[in-house]
Amino acid sequence: MPIWRRSTPTPISTGCWQPDPGSERLTLETLSARLQAIAARLRGQARLTEADLDAALREVRLALLEADVHFRVVKTFVARVRERAIGTAVLDGVRPGHQVVKLVHEELVEILGGERHALRLGPPNPAVVLLVGLQGSGKTTSAAKLAVRLRRDGHRPLLVAADPYRPAAVEQLVRLGEQVGVEVVTGPTGTLPAAIAEAGLVAARGERADVVIVDTAGRQHVDQPMMAELEGLVSALQPADSLLVVDAMTGQEAVRVGETFHARLPISGLILTKMDGDARGGAALSIRSVTGVPIAYVGTGEGMDALEAFHPDRLAQRILGMGDIVTLVERAQEGVDREEAERTAQRILESRFTLDDFRSQLQQVKRMGPIGQLLQMVPGAAGLAGAAQAAVDDGELRRVEAIIDSMTPTERREPHLIKAGRRRRIAAGSGTSVAHVNRLLRQFEEMQRLVRQLGGAGARPRQAPRLPGR
Amino acid sequence: MTAMSRLGSGLGARLRTALGADRAADEAGWAEAEEALVAADLGPRLAAEIVVGARERTARGEASASAAIAAELGERLRRVPDQPFEVGPPPAVIMVVGVNGSGKTTTAAKLAARFQKEGRSVLLAAADTYRPGAVEQLRLWGDRLGMGVVAQRAGADPAAVAFDAVAAGVARGTDVVIVDTAGRLQTARDLMAELAKVRRVITRQRPDQPRHVLLVLDATTGQNGLSQAETFLAQAGVTGIVLAKLDGTAKGGVALAVADQFGIPIAFTAFGEELADLAPFDPDAYLDWLLAA
Repeated sequence: MPIWRRSTPTPISTGCWQPDPGSERLTLETLSARLQAIAARLRGQARLTEADLDAALREVRLALLEADVHFRVVKTFVARVRERAIGTAVLDGVRPGHQVVKLVHEELVEILGGERHALRLGPPNPAVVLLVGLQGSGKTTSAAKLAVRLRRDGHRPLLVAADPYRPAAVEQLVRLGEQVGVEVVTGPTGTLPAAIAEAGLVAARGERADVVIVDTAGRQHVDQPMMAELEGLVSALQPADSLLVVDAMTGQEAVRVGETFHARLPISGLILTKMDGDARGGAALSIRSVTGVPIAYVGTGEGMDALEAFHPDRLAQRILGMGDIVTLVERAQEGVDREEAERTAQRILESRFTLDDFRSQLQQVKRMGPIGQLLQMVPGAAGLAGAAQAAVDDGELRRVEAIIDSMTPTERREPHLIKAGRRRRIAAGSGTSVAHVNRLLRQFEEMQRLVRQLGGAGARPRQAPRLPGR
Repeated sequence: MTAMSRLGSGLGARLRTALGADRAADEAGWAEAEEALVAADLGPRLAAEIVVGARERTARGEASASAAIAAELGERLRRVPDQPFEVGPPPAVIMVVGVNGSGKTTTAAKLAARFQKEGRSVLLAAADTYRPGAVEQLRLWGDRLGMGVVAQRAGADPAAVAFDAVAAGVARGTDVVIVDTAGRLQTARDLMAELAKVRRVITRQRPDQPRHVLLVLDATTGQNGLSQAETFLAQAGVTGIVLAKLDGTAKGGVALAVADQFGIPIAFTAFGEELADLAPFDPDAYLDWLLAA
């Protein structure tokens, strides 16, 4: 039972909208921070006035623009939320602050698309998946990641390096193919992309691969000859899926990129890359809303397995600062010892959370990957006390473990026993300073307090029953 | 900037539609102008600021509405000290940094070609030891340009590559050492620390280096460019921006927001696939381009 599940999992609740005193990263304000401010302002009001609604929607507009959602999309979005807000403003039993936030969330999910998108693949065999996009959007990396993912789903993928233009692009895919153990078909220098792709199809029949992933050269959507080349590729290969690879950091131009590629090619899905950064992914929202093309996958890290299926509700929640709890839980299933988790869950519910539990959680968290990335997925993580965040800071982990290791079992169970003398001993034993020990104990106290609140409220973590099996 | 002038940005046209040639514009016109600025990736805050400033100018009778917008944009572009890019005494070390896919390696090659054309000797350092094919990509550029490329095996310590390159540069009396680093998202703390280390190692070797740390910003980047600039400035001590891939219809407006907010000057603009497609930043030409078409 890792510590993060202590956050309130209910999608729309005031608990998610706490102000954020601990975060340093809000020099650029995020949508979540803005909505937190709105909700805080509206909280407790019985009725939503026209002026409140205007103020709230102004914030929503600003926030979406800062998240790089296209200004026309923002206009439509805000107008729709307003219309619905006016129509439903007098609902019984719902506080107006909740209502606006809920409407914003619902509209976001609606734009992002109701359900998951899977690749078409299927016959003809082998199915061709074409990857297209601007230079530097992440096509080559995504091609290799997609191969890994499809293989995991039981397919036999083959990669085709159809980018003869960028120096060493072929080399890059070949290396990635070696790394992930998927064969890469290449052509001699100067071979036209269509010819390499055809060779890939032939190889697939020989190799009995059922999916051929074709990595194409990056190109500007306004580059007529290069776009025409792609049209030629499409008519020659008849791909089952043509995926547009889009950098999550793309600005307002994303709409035109999406429109142009969509108009000229049968784009069937988007791959949204570099979502492990702090981009809010407004570009995806824009492209999705103007083209209707669903988002198929999301690139979430440097590792070759960091390509995740897209879930509209998760992105909407992430954009709204509710965190990406489902992804986190899935990753947790891989990283966390199940019995250990259940033991800790039990302890949390019984409010018997000790330094030993704290330590084992830190270890489990460590197994799940970079802390910053994990914290971003945690609902209300921004609202966590800054101290708690610092405790799981990557660099701090080893020190914290050393300090806890230097305590006696009794001390770990009953930290209030640790007075000045013991603190000096623990500091010396762990090779740290008394200040470090003090800080850890403060952090632990804070955590215990939060845990007690959770346990006391009887808020059984909603995701817990999912842990045992996938 | 001739290559840029054939490309329309759309901002000028939008502004002209919104504000007309009249001295005064109505509310709707100003709102449209603000949207046009947002559409150019300046961000909602800067766009609003510029419109407020422009309205004050027109209220004082200084300029017509569209001229007032141009004046506000120009003022922000020139707020950053406008010093011509000077390579510096040899061996001048230039680090090229940025997020994945922004165009660092191509930019490094373009810079190398430019300095070579100016009659300087250039050494390239392949400090992107992470991305498969990155070293090969830089080697190919080095071969084409006929210049040395310092590289180690894939996965080597990038700081060690930089160290070797600077040492080689000193030994050979090279004028410029260009260090191409791996792309990294600014939120990847370990990788940002690694970049800071590369910089430290160079400085330890030559206290007055790196002379320049250039952040390559993809012109299609939106408001995340601010976050990139902030973190790369803090971790790698960025001295200038290279605004890359301007050949689309992207305007690179976020660079203006970056300059405005962090005072980082735009050093170069890059706008094509040819090696020669790199030019020192010229605020007036950029502004003309931004407002043309």
